[in-house]
Amino acid sequence: MTIFNEEEAKAILTKVVKLSKANECTASLEGSVEGNIRYALNSVSTSGIISNTELAVQVAFGKKVGTATINQFDDDSLLRVVRRAEELAKLAPDNPEFVPAIGKQAYKATDTFVEKTANMTAEQRAQIANDCIAPSKAAKCVAAGFFTDGNRFSATANSNGNFGYQRSTTADFTCTVRTEDGRGSGWVASNVADISQFDAKSTIQTAIMKATKSADAKALEPGKYTVILEPAATAGLLGFMLRGFDARESDEGRSFLTKKGGGNRLGEQVFDERVTLYSDPAEPGAAVLPWDGEGLARERVPIITKGKVEYLQYSRYWAKLKGKKAIGEPANLIMVGGDKSTMDLVKTTKKGILVTRTWYIRMVDPQTVLLTGLTRDGTFYIEDGEIKYPIKNFRFNESPVIMLNNVEEIGRPIRIGSDESSLTMMIPPLKIRDFTFTSLSDAV
Amino acid sequence: MDRRDFIKAAGAGVGALLLPVYGNAVAAEVLTTKLDVAFKKKLADIALNAATKAGASYCDVRIGRYLRQFVITRETKVENVVNTESTGVGVRVIVNGTWGFAASSGLSDDAVAKAAQQAAAIAKANSKFQSTPVQLAPNKGVGEVSWATPIKKNSMEVPIKDKVDLLLGVNDAALKAGADYIRSTLFLVNEQKYFASTDGSYIDQDVHRIWSPFTVTAIDKKSGKFRERDGFSEPSGLGFEYLDGKPEHRVALPGGAVQYTSSYNMKEDAIAAAKQARAKLKARSVKPGKYDLVLDPSHLWLTIHESVGHPLELDRALGYEANFAGTSFATIDKWKSKSFKYGSDIVTLFADKTQPGTLGAVGYDDEGVKTKRWDLVKDGVFVNYQAIRDQVHIIGEKESQGCCYADSWANVQFQRMANVSLAPGKTKLSPADMVKGVENGIYIVGNGSFSIDQQRYNAQFGGQLFYEIKDGKITEQIEDVAYQIRTPEFWNACSAICDESDYRFGGSFFDGKGQPPQISAVSHGSSTARFNGINVINTARSLG
Repeated sequence: MTIFNEEEAKAILTKVVKLSKANECTASLEGSVEGNIRYALNSVSTSGIISNTELAVQVAFGKKVGTATINQFDDDSLLRVVRRAEELAKLAPDNPEFVPAIGKQAYKATDTFVEKTANMTAEQRAQIANDCIAPSKAAKCVAAGFFTDGNRFSATANSNGNFGYQRSTTADFTCTVRTEDGRGSGWVASNVADISQFDAKSTIQTAIMKATKSADAKALEPGKYTVILEPAATAGLLGFMLRGFDARESDEGRSFLTKKGGGNRLGEQVFDERVTLYSDPAEPGAAVLPWDGEGLARERVPIITKGKVEYLQYSRYWAKLKGKKAIGEPANLIMVGGDKSTMDLVKTTKKGILVTRTWYIRMVDPQTVLLTGLTRDGTFYIEDGEIKYPIKNFRFNESPVIMLNNVEEIGRPIRIGSDESSLTMMIPPLKIRDFTFTSLSDAV
Repeated sequence: MDRRDFIKAAGAGVGALLLPVYGNAVAAEVLTTKLDVAFKKKLADIALNAATKAGASYCDVRIGRYLRQFVITRETKVENVVNTESTGVGVRVIVNGTWGFAASSGLSDDAVAKAAQQAAAIAKANSKFQSTPVQLAPNKGVGEVSWATPIKKNSMEVPIKDKVDLLLGVNDAALKAGADYIRSTLFLVNEQKYFASTDGSYIDQDVHRIWSPFTVTAIDKKSGKFRERDGFSEPSGLGFEYLDGKPEHRVALPGGAVQYTSSYNMKEDAIAAAKQARAKLKARSVKPGKYDLVLDPSHLWLTIHESVGHPLELDRALGYEANFAGTSFATIDKWKSKSFKYGSDIVTLFADKTQPGTLGAVGYDDEGVKTKRWDLVKDGVFVNYQAIRDQVHIIGEKESQGCCYADSWANVQFQRMANVSLAPGKTKLSPADMVKGVENGIYIVGNGSFSIDQQRYNAQFGGQLFYEIKDGKITEQIEDVAYQIRTPEFWNACSAICDESDYRFGGSFFDGKGQPPQISAVSHGSSTARFNGINVINTARSLG
């Protein structure tokens, strides 16, 4: 069995906590069933189901900590994993940054589980693949994509009486469609908790349209341009920037939020005043678990309000040292926007570039969060409010901090699953001036 | 390179530990044990027989025990010690010309037989939609054989206290030498892999890898400026002897930087890193423009990895990775032409899974094929890809090149990059002599940021240390350097390669590919090489 119900999970965790002879014991139990299907060259290449359930036990004797994990749950196994954690703790050196286990938390359940997603079948996955392949073939295109659905539970308990249990589901879809001659490429993605909000047949049309319309791309000179970044194009950049919001790194002098002369820039105006970002575990349409990896309750937190930095992530140790309250690490990121769609932003643009997505983003200089990466799968030139023609891909060297000071217009946020960040995001399309492209790419 | 942040996943705390499903946390002692070969052969035969009975025309079985130990420290404290073990069996079959795969963590006779039957059932089900049957290149069985990484000291047998003392000693030396912060880590891997197939092979392999990276940070509080220097430990297919730091393995470079070959003096490098990170705070910012680049092997390995290793993977060129890693500019028609100039005449790039001490070195790959060396680019011309048993017929080869790999018993094996390397120059040339011939250039040591497009044309690379070269002499350490290339132009601009005496390896411990993603480890060898007229940009920005 992979998915335990609340009673079963509680019974196991209670038993584990009782078995421990250490000063304190924290146990967490997580399980998932993840189905996937992969296809390329208009044909299914692999499909599978991965099931896993794991119990992790962390104990402490004084400031000595030990952790052990196991995937069997009979009484002997539970005793063995607790003893193993205790043995490892006794052997460990004192951890000078040790913070005792968290107290009893008040978790407010969030809307993370949808039965229909949890009941996905191999036939449904095959149908999704076929719904992408058939219309791609008909349009003389080649589809390559990946769909994965997850049905999970998480439970946590400790010797201070804390307990939490919640189930969650996600479905994540990406598909790249290329023209048969390889001169055009389009892409589309969808990330939802509720599978009924995803329709492969209509979604794939975006990728097919972008593939066919991106052939015969013209080369523009690299330089600074007004860009309209679709939500997926922005998500990757924000994920990197969020790494700089660590309080300790900022205080230690190694973040873009470090203050000259010492300290951090909490409370300072760092971005354009139209930029507002927050995290809320209960956000409708982007809900996440109400606790973080350590079991700390997540709360709604303003991260940037009207351009002002309102939040830095304090670990429990750093919070204690600095006299701050530690709260659960955010798992979602919501950027506040308006009502306009990407195409509405195009309509108000005199000259600019529409970017479908950004790719292979890497940190060049953490001092300024300078990032490099490329546009991919649908880059178009805009003139007088209309998409004029496809253009060749660009490499960019740009900092999201600078970019969020060059905001022209913000559209309506949509849910995005970023491929290099574990955050669930709600990101609007953005119109940004003076976005820096440094070279051309011949890649399609 | 890896698209998952592996190091972060290995961080402290119960929640974080749940992220990587690489096995169960165990006591360090467990990492020094092995499964009995006779037991593995018995299980393998059960799977092979069950698969054959279920209608498989081919079956291979991998019984794997994957052991990992990570020791993670910062400044004066140990952040985490993680020991993991993952054991199980993966069975792959061909039924009706279609692949099927199933895996089990249970090592009972029944569990293994059931996995084989499941794999056959999946193959049967999928065969209904298969238009072209799998074409498997022949591979003669080798009987019962074994292979082991030729290590001198098993890392898993070294007491944790010694490892902690080593890292904390390194940290202490860096802090005393002027570093404000340091993070240092030991990654130790032992893959105990048993492979058997209906071809008649029973191959027992014991593979070891080691890597000891660190990052030093220097801070100028007044200006708010900070700079980092990463350690020069090269991930290797070696035992704990890699950390002996023997004087004969020390290589002094022009400009004062030091590199290491078969063993590494981590403390010495940490002291140098602290000083160099402080120097970076004051170094002059580069003037953008065209420069002749002199690239040290500690840097060039990553450029080879991204601009040669990946584009010459056959599955990418065919379109199987189009949705994730991308396709390749090195298309089949360019290969067929036998005249596509990938690089200048002096450029020969080869794949090799036999070089001792490398991450990719094994006796046999994960489908039982004996490993070898082969050319990818010969005297500048693109001549071959990297391909495995079910692909080689596409490029007219009669046998697999032996570069199939799975990162776990639970994942199906597929084509992965071999060690891909630049052949050394044929005439005598040292890095110091190479620098003497450069009028206006930059000498780059160590790898930094990296990014490349989905067809591997346009790439940008940073580095760790940059030295300006003027009229044949190194003048000073400079900063904010990144260069941008278009792959074929870059390799055609290669104007000189140092000789074999300068040949060194670098590599990636966590190279990612596939959906769901798998990691693999791969080395890249080269001697210092020169590239003329490369576009250098300045990466300094102001946040106001």
